[in-house]
Amino acid sequence: MQHLRGWAALVENMARKFEVRILKGNCKGCGICVHYCPSHVLEMSEEFTPKGYHPPCRCKDAECKGCRICEQMCPDFAIFVEEESK
Amino acid sequence: MSLPAYLRKQEGKRLFDLGDIACAWGALYAGCSFYAGYPITPASEIAEFLSKELPRTGGRFIQMEDEIASMAAIIGAAWAGGRSMTATSGPGFSLMQENLGYAIMTETPCVVVNVQRSGPSTGQATKPAQGDMMQARWGTHGDHEMIALCPNSAQESFDLTARAFEIAHALRLPVLVMLDGEVGHLRETFDLKLPMEPLKLPAPPKPSDAPPFGGDPLPPHVLFGEGRYLHVTGSTHKPDGTRDVTTPEVHDQLVRRLARKVEQNRKALKDVEKDIPDRTKTVVMCYGAPSRPAAAAVEAARKDGLKVGYLRLRTVWPFPGDELEGLPSSVETVLVPEMNMGQLSREAERFTDKKVVCASKLGGVCHTMREILSKIKEVS
Amino acid sequence: MEHPLVKYLRPGTIPSTFCPGCGCGMVLNCLLRAIEKQGTDPKELIMVTGIGCSSWIPSPMFKCDTLHTTHGRAVAFATGVKLMLPDKKVLIIAGDGDLSGIGGNHLVHAAHRNIDLGVMMVNNRIYGMTGGQCSPTTPSDLYTTTTPYGNLDQPVMVSELMVSAGANYVARWTTYHVRQLTKAMEELMNGEGFRFLEIISQCPTHFEKDSKKSPTEILDMYKENSIPVAEAKEPYDGQLSSKMTVGVLAEKKRDGYIRRLEAVEKKLRAEDNGESKGKGHEGGH
Repeated sequence: MQHLRGWAALVENMARKFEVRILKGNCKGCGICVHYCPSHVLEMSEEFTPKGYHPPCRCKDAECKGCRICEQMCPDFAIFVEEESK
Repeated sequence: MSLPAYLRKQEGKRLFDLGDIACAWGALYAGCSFYAGYPITPASEIAEFLSKELPRTGGRFIQMEDEIASMAAIIGAAWAGGRSMTATSGPGFSLMQENLGYAIMTETPCVVVNVQRSGPSTGQATKPAQGDMMQARWGTHGDHEMIALCPNSAQESFDLTARAFEIAHALRLPVLVMLDGEVGHLRETFDLKLPMEPLKLPAPPKPSDAPPFGGDPLPPHVLFGEGRYLHVTGSTHKPDGTRDVTTPEVHDQLVRRLARKVEQNRKALKDVEKDIPDRTKTVVMCYGAPSRPAAAAVEAARKDGLKVGYLRLRTVWPFPGDELEGLPSSVETVLVPEMNMGQLSREAERFTDKKVVCASKLGGVCHTMREILSKIKEVS
Repeated sequence: MEHPLVKYLRPGTIPSTFCPGCGCGMVLNCLLRAIEKQGTDPKELIMVTGIGCSSWIPSPMFKCDTLHTTHGRAVAFATGVKLMLPDKKVLIIAGDGDLSGIGGNHLVHAAHRNIDLGVMMVNNRIYGMTGGQCSPTTPSDLYTTTTPYGNLDQPVMVSELMVSAGANYVARWTTYHVRQLTKAMEELMNGEGFRFLEIISQCPTHFEKDSKKSPTEILDMYKENSIPVAEAKEPYDGQLSSKMTVGVLAEKKRDGYIRRLEAVEKKLRAEDNGESKGKGHEGGH
């Protein structure tokens, strides 16, 4: 029965939708989030923040899995993950 | 503030003990609830006594690893609501200077006792001196005012230590009690009671009426653990505690306000024992241990027909320059017996055109009555 | 659109003054996450810091009672705070130079006293704030602004020093290990006695500045060069070529200082027939 529960959880999780939110004003362009995102959803952008840094952007086609590694590693409270309601 | 039962039981008792011990009793009766210190001659007795008695009154004592840590711990304890004190002598006092400046800058109430001994450096470790008086005023870096009280007896060690607590907590700053090894280690009677009238110091604003590091010039009484999210820093800061080292006005306003806390209360803080009759020609200005043979010398000189006056400072800093300025025109000489090479005598020179003579004595032995008397005769 | 941890931050303090990619911001992030995870009310915390970039981690960003003190002395200040407010969690965050250089004496004594404090030493192995001078933990032979011919010293192994001084909890992680760090910080906040957490952290501006490594390159290096302490074949010696041992280095259950002090106070009160009423007097200042 255990493995069936595991499958159920997996299916349920697959239905959850997450998205990164970027607070450009806080970002210092260190690139940590881009580098460590396992789903490769981020890329450094060409634009400038008010302080002159390049923030990341959510410009890739990949799907955010909600692992929150970016949120947990960011030194500047500039990126976090929001779960989008079903 | 009510006394704990342990102290109430003994109130009014007359004891016969060291000046150091009297100082420690004074702290207890003033509500001292925290002591952190490091052993050093001739102040160790204060720590030893408080290590035993403070826990009996509900307070806490800790011996720290050095004087720097001791000063740090009493400041931390003050922010946590403690009425804290430490005691040391010259070498430890030197170590405490940085954190003393921190206490001034953060407006932390605390009491620091320096039982002065012969220096510089290790000096005559077990012998008294008064060589730290200027250091008390200027030992820590930066522009600042300082309050220092100077007892000359066991009873005064009790009284002025208690007074130091009163001042520290009213004005939110550190206060020094400058004993010397002579007063600290003599034994005489003293009474366990606070006979003094409270000083006429202004009341601080309520925390709702002034920011934690603002006010005009007194800040409100605020502590950790009250849900205020205080930000206490030794860096230059705005009245709300946020560090701002780039705006010149912020620093100017802060440092001048800190100075005003003392300057505006000079009158209330002044504490002198004065006996200067008309036609006095020579005034003996003194403080601490030498003031006792000085008093006897003045009496003897008067018996010999000399017109001598007596001015003893109990509050040394802020220095009562107005007393020097206001000396009668008959006065020609101010004689200052000090156990140093001339520290307060130099301060006196700033305030009077009259001749200031320092009767300097080094070597760890207090002036005798005869030495001061012969000096009085020499200058009169 | 609000960052979930923004409620812990003083308004107007973000973006911080830390350099881009500095480990300090990552440490703050872990700390606030630990607090959030535990449901700790910041009113129960008191932060004490010293001087150096790491001492600016909670100050002023974290909205909490904060005592930002003099260089090297945070542990001593915190001792006084804890003794008078023993029910609060008193935490110290400062750097390697602050805590183990100028403050080494206080650190060792606090550990041996087992005073109930949590210390986070953010070890970037350099004096960053003052421009890149060597610190007690700088690896040998490194070029810094005061070791232009190479560092002649061996680095001090501060965590190991804390273990032998008798601290109740000693752990080491790097800023790469954000999740483990968060967990370690929770232990730090809740434990009894002296708890010490070394956090090897990047100073991309000054540490090995000639190598011009980016923050992510440094973090990758931490990942590659760290090994759980249980698996390590030899102890970490702090050198650049050595593997950093990470994890819990010591976990003891020695009675904390406050517990021992309270036992003495209880005995005294019993002797005085309950006349002396615990800590402090009625009335405040």
